Amino acid sequence: MLKKTAETAEERDAEEQMMGAEIVIRALIEQGVDVVFGYPGGAVLPIYDALFRQNALRHILVRHEQAAVHAAEGYARSTGKVGVVLVTSGPGATNAVTGLTDALMDSIPVVCLTGQVPTHLIGNDAFQEADTTGITRPCTKHNYLVKRMEDLPRIMHEAFYVAQSGRPGPVVVDLPKDILQGKGSYLAKEQTQRLSYRPQTRGDRGRIEEAAALLAGAKRPVVYAGGGVINAGPEASRRLREFVRMTGMPCTNTLMGLGAYPASDPQFLGMLGMHGTYEANLAMYNCDVMLNVGARFDDRVTGRLDEFSPNSKKIHIDIDPSSINKNVLVDVPIVGDAGEVLGDLLDIWRAKSYAPEQKAMAAWWAQIEDWRGRDCLRFEQTGSEIKPQHAIKRLYELTRDRDVYFTTEVGQHQMWAAQYIGFEEPNRWMTSGGLGTMGYGLPAALGVQVAYPDALVIDVAGEASILMNIQEMSTLAQYRLPVKVFIVNNQWMGMVRQWQELLHGGRYAESYTASLPDFVKLAESFGAVGLRAEHPDELDEKIVQMIETPAPVIFDCCVAQEENCFPMIPSGAAHYEMLLGPNDKVEKPISEEGMVLV
Amino acid sequence: MAVLVDNEPGVLARVIGLFSGRGYNIESLTVTEVDPDQNLSRITIITSGTPMILEQIKAQLGRLVPVHQVSDLTRLGPYVERELALVKVVGTGEKRVEALRIADIFKAEVVDAGLDHFVFEMHHRSEKVDAFIDLMKPLGMVDVSRTGVVAIARGSKGL
Ligand SMILES: Cc1ncc(C[n+]2csc(CCOP(=O)(O)OP(=O)(O)O)c2C)c(N)n1
Ligand SMILES: [Mg+2]
Repeated sequence: MLKKTAETAEERDAEEQMMGAEIVIRALIEQGVDVVFGYPGGAVLPIYDALFRQNALRHILVRHEQAAVHAAEGYARSTGKVGVVLVTSGPGATNAVTGLTDALMDSIPVVCLTGQVPTHLIGNDAFQEADTTGITRPCTKHNYLVKRMEDLPRIMHEAFYVAQSGRPGPVVVDLPKDILQGKGSYLAKEQTQRLSYRPQTRGDRGRIEEAAALLAGAKRPVVYAGGGVINAGPEASRRLREFVRMTGMPCTNTLMGLGAYPASDPQFLGMLGMHGTYEANLAMYNCDVMLNVGARFDDRVTGRLDEFSPNSKKIHIDIDPSSINKNVLVDVPIVGDAGEVLGDLLDIWRAKSYAPEQKAMAAWWAQIEDWRGRDCLRFEQTGSEIKPQHAIKRLYELTRDRDVYFTTEVGQHQMWAAQYIGFEEPNRWMTSGGLGTMGYGLPAALGVQVAYPDALVIDVAGEASILMNIQEMSTLAQYRLPVKVFIVNNQWMGMVRQWQELLHGGRYAESYTASLPDFVKLAESFGAVGLRAEHPDELDEKIVQMIETPAPVIFDCCVAQEENCFPMIPSGAAHYEMLLGPNDKVEKPISEEGMVLV
Repeated sequence: MAVLVDNEPGVLARVIGLFSGRGYNIESLTVTEVDPDQNLSRITIITSGTPMILEQIKAQLGRLVPVHQVSDLTRLGPYVERELALVKVVGTGEKRVEALRIADIFKAEVVDAGLDHFVFEMHHRSEKVDAFIDLMKPLGMVDVSRTGVVAIARGSKGL
């Protein structure tokens, strides 16, 4: 009976002619979209008109198209759903490029609809024409220019399929105005199919068995998990936990993977990489078997490649075959979805009743505890200045029992947030990892708050970064989104200053921001609440006040200006060449190869 | 490298953009539709690099949405490769006779002729095409057009 009505509905669709813009909206609704982040303009007016005449989709009007993409990323990363963006042709599309590149680097599923001049004007340098598919080809997972009405429904559905399957990423659909304004018929998702692009999600059983055997025989194993575990969904994180706990192995997370394994668990070593913990990096260097789940041996993680974990057998689980053997040659490559492969690994481990060798594991943990004893994240909060580490640590401690999500901008504050905030669950941490985009945090927080209106959403910001998308305060005000912007204000582009101090002889070229705005007044001018803390004694009380304010807040946290972020592995150095604090000097001059690295 | 792709706009730009964006070499690239029913084109690319880079190229190509299949023919086993060249040689007298004689040895066909010129069509492995062109240069070659290499695996199995 049900089937019959569905069929007639499809038949009705095929006959019913509707505007291209309506087809777009209908496809979005069928794909389960409930919110679109966008900004109007001439080329997309038909879509705005169609939006106006329906109630199923909500539109959030941002103040800059870059922010629309970051908001969609925040929404996607926190919900696991596809984030949707709608921008106009020309400048609308070019403004979105940074966001698209960010989503590509961090594997975030985003569908971005761009307006385009009518098909007959394409290539004529028409008003607000840009070669959007040309410009976005290298910064999207895939893109489409819809040239024929009959392709529109298929391309809309395909865009969602491509954005979220395999390794997720951004997809652009470029929509000429005559297509949006023209008439055509709708096709449901099931009626459209793509032949190519079928990513493999099940890992090769033989390889997984090989991996299990290797891990079972390990004396100094380490699990290194990344953003792929988060992308694979909460079940993947659950399986990761189960595997790590069952085997008693130490686990470290990448910047993108924070939350995949609970920070409070004793088997967690903290984040690894350039600003990772001493114990995580040394465990990577000294391990004999490494299990990489959903991470990509990024240069921020490996440091100097020829000194990267030189004596280990490496297992790499990744859904993207091109991530495997790209930077680091591995012994057991497994192409597949992190969650599915971990499921198989668990089954095999149990079926074979594997257990790691007790004595060797005890010795390995004794070694790790020794490294842990260095307490590499220690700092001293003394004097009348607020230490930035202290500010973030208190921010965490005063919010940890709440339903809280964190985003960040880019710089020292981002690394301190990664070090001092503990994440127990996936999808709670949104940061720009691969691209390192200043200006990401505020719009991303906006997107998270749209998805979770009642949660506490905090953007840990730097005073320089926040100015890159500060206009989104206006969006927060319009939609009453109570995002908290916590500015770790050191008056410097702190991360730039730190590199200049350590690598360029303390010549601080253009890294000091003079004429910063008064952030409290700035907040007020946007209809938000402004708070400021200048002394350690008032910090807690002000943070509590921020949390309890049911409106957007800018918190200007004035901190010690010249604090550096440690531990640090200088570029081009190996894991064991880590600097632990201000008294550690760079022992040998940074190599020439190191100096050219970013 | 033989790559089967959907014959849709932009697909070649994606492949070329991938090579330039990631710093891989293209020594030769050919593309034409091979299956109009399924709307498939075949791209043949000659590239070079370490085994790790070649594996990357293959994986990166495989990641492009319109790509159906990528095969490294040099690793699959024996294969045949061919290239076609059109070579225009201008001259009279001794040189002209010599050009014709060499063309005959190379089994090149005359596809256009005048009192002072020939256009030869020559197809074979690229090295042999190179050799032919080298010989024609001193004999008055003024123009050459080459297709780039196409290749296919030997034996009864298809891609
Ligand atoms: C869009 C963009 N431009 C430039 C950079 C380079 N950059 C990295 S960190 C940084 C300084 C950030 O300063 P701030 O936001 O104050 O953070 P802090 O390091 O002081 O915590 C700069 C300029 C970047 N990452 N992104
Ligand atoms: Mg700063």
